[in-house]
Amino acid sequence: MKLAIIKYNAGNIRSVLNALERLGAEAEVTDEPEALRRADKVIFPGVGEASTAMASLRQNGLDGVLRSLTQPVLGICVGMQLLCAHSEENDTEALGIVPVRVRRFLPADALLKVPQVGWNRLFNLRSPLFAGIDEGSYVYNVHSYYAEDSPYTIAHCEYGLTYAAAVHKDNFYGVQFHTEKSAATGDRIIQNFLQL
Amino acid sequence: MLAKRIIPCLDIKDGRTVKGTNFVNLRDAGDPVALAAEYARQGADELVFLDITATVEKRKTLAALVHEVAHTINIPFTVGGGIRSTEDVSALLAAGADKISVNTAAFDNPGLVSDIARMAGSQCVVLAIDTRLEDDGEWYVYLQGGRKKTDVRCFDWARQAVDLGAGEILLTSMNHDGTKTGFALDITRRLSDALPVPVIASGGGGTMDHFADAFTKGAADAALAASVFHFGEISIPDLKAYLKEQGVEVRL
Repeated sequence: MKLAIIKYNAGNIRSVLNALERLGAEAEVTDEPEALRRADKVIFPGVGEASTAMASLRQNGLDGVLRSLTQPVLGICVGMQLLCAHSEENDTEALGIVPVRVRRFLPADALLKVPQVGWNRLFNLRSPLFAGIDEGSYVYNVHSYYAEDSPYTIAHCEYGLTYAAAVHKDNFYGVQFHTEKSAATGDRIIQNFLQL
Repeated sequence: MLAKRIIPCLDIKDGRTVKGTNFVNLRDAGDPVALAAEYARQGADELVFLDITATVEKRKTLAALVHEVAHTINIPFTVGGGIRSTEDVSALLAAGADKISVNTAAFDNPGLVSDIARMAGSQCVVLAIDTRLEDDGEWYVYLQGGRKKTDVRCFDWARQAVDLGAGEILLTSMNHDGTKTGFALDITRRLSDALPVPVIASGGGGTMDHFADAFTKGAADAALAASVFHFGEISIPDLKAYLKEQGVEVRL
């Protein structure tokens, strides 16, 4: 199987690659449109600020390439947010693949810290991406923005409100949490993606 | 709700863990990678590697170690100790570290906090503070591993660092560190209640009750300890089961 990771200015490409290596999968990190189109699966990582990440994609023409992909694509963290329509982070027009808005956590509860940093639980799992994962499993999160709940939600998470911990539309999947840093649960989700 | 985090800390010198461990199933207890993997397997939520290597030359072994850890464990880890510049940070992040902990260098040059936050995001910057309660009833910042006192109050420096972009505070009470008499609940709670970022309690954890207190009375988001874990006085699975019984949310 040919696995490609989209090369742009995302901060967690290395850790996604490490996770794949731990699981015995090899991946090519590339920004070549042809290599991305040829791959059987594509991972779209992301750590950082949405508008900068989006600008980096546009500069390399990767926004159009991403939209045109037909094989399974997995967006992680900011990668997932950029699959959505719009992010409140610096008022960013995202890729618009999943018609969902990304909003900032507004801590009405003083105890709610932003960014959300740490292990939180997944609920209402409904996708082959979560095969073998129990309801209430913990995954590792680091983020200040979240995708709104919608018909495209395939997992919920609670942090002051209910938001989409994962989304799915057609061949595009996105997870808000860092599946590459989420212990055995995260490893299983990556394996599930590789088997889609 | 977020789970409260349990974080073992490994002291590293010249690429080896300094304090011994009594993990009988580890062939080489000084190997930080084997130790890290064992903690991850036991359910540690995160790891901290604190490099206490003296010389710049020998620090190169740190990046190699970080690289190996990143290829082995599947939970987040922080690297700290002697980090002075964004170049130091870049090298460690490239090797696979998730977060960077800064202490003395950040106090001497607060711009380092904002520089790292701008380069890698606030979630990457853990500000470590060593603090001591003085006779005047105030907690003060100490530098250089606790050897140098400053006139700056812990609370003031923590707030300034958060304003500069620190994403977490790793708070070590020198009054409690090594005593196994419990964490410094008052200053931990004060920071946690006032600051919009997670606070990691460190120093003094000796019993499972101490950890429960850090989370309930101290309002800590995470608790860090070294020797009680290394010497098997408290096992992480037992600790987490106990915390759950006490009504503390933990990842089991």
